[in-house]
Amino acid sequence: MSDFFAMGGYAWYVWMSYGAAAAAVIVEILALRLRRRHAFDTARMAQDADAAGPATRRPPADLRSNG
Amino acid sequence: MIFNWFRYSSPISFYPLAGRLSRVFGVLAVAFTIAGLYIGLVVAPTDATQGDAYRIIFLHVPTAWMAMLIYLAMAFWSALALGFNTRLSAMMAQALAPTGALMAALALWSGAFWGRPTWGTYWAWDARMTSTLILLFLYLGVIALRNAIDDPRRADRACALLSLVGAVNVPIIYFSVQWWNTLHQGSSISFTSAPKMAMTMVEGLLVMTAGVWSYCIAVTLARVRSIIVERERGSGWVASLIAPQGAR
Repeated sequence: MSDFFAMGGYAWYVWMSYGAAAAAVIVEILALRLRRRHAFDTARMAQDADAAGPATRRPPADLRSNG
Repeated sequence: MIFNWFRYSSPISFYPLAGRLSRVFGVLAVAFTIAGLYIGLVVAPTDATQGDAYRIIFLHVPTAWMAMLIYLAMAFWSALALGFNTRLSAMMAQALAPTGALMAALALWSGAFWGRPTWGTYWAWDARMTSTLILLFLYLGVIALRNAIDDPRRADRACALLSLVGAVNVPIIYFSVQWWNTLHQGSSISFTSAPKMAMTMVEGLLVMTAGVWSYCIAVTLARVRSIIVERERGSGWVASLIAPQGAR
């Protein structure tokens, strides 16, 4: 098993590559979840503001994040 | 069988379809990636000249292919958005950009960590490496351009134009190893000749490519659903989507 992780002496290079990819995938999936929640929250806020009438209408929050 | 493709060109009917497809491709991505990593890191034999450092290929090549392919897909949806003025095409282009940027960054990163033990350097201004760096900057440029323009429809047109102009870079990347004789090696797998590597390695590469491809489709479709909610929130169907108990 330790042979596997040693990668014939190239452990640093191999695991830095695959580790970065794993980290990137985790970050992207978390960012997608946040973006989805944010999109729903903002849509709901805008809807509530509409329901309350034009006097209390707030400008919608900025949505253009690239998650 | 008559299938009406235009039915899915409207966000309202595409939204649930994208959700189902995203889940299917997510499952495929997990399955293919586990199998591909097993073949690539465990089953495939150690390379005679490069030792185990060559195993980076199973990450490097699929991400580099996806970086180019996603750019072409982004340019394709951009062309449709410009030509037919369809909202959903522009949203697809918008959804592809972050994942394309990620693939380009991973290709460059894994390439650096492969180049160090085999070529003796993390980076060189080699033709293929430089053109791939430009690809990353094009993705970042498209994302930044969209963030700089407040009106989404104007942003759609500007980003579509930039995406289409930048598409000229993709064949430059692809043929760079033939046109310029610099550091990066030629293709190990091409459409025109037999692979120059052991069969297990080719299998691992193809299975990993299937995994990375499925992943890109899954996250892009998940992202386009958020984009639809962000951009169509004034419409009635989004209102009914968010009304009862929230995120589904």
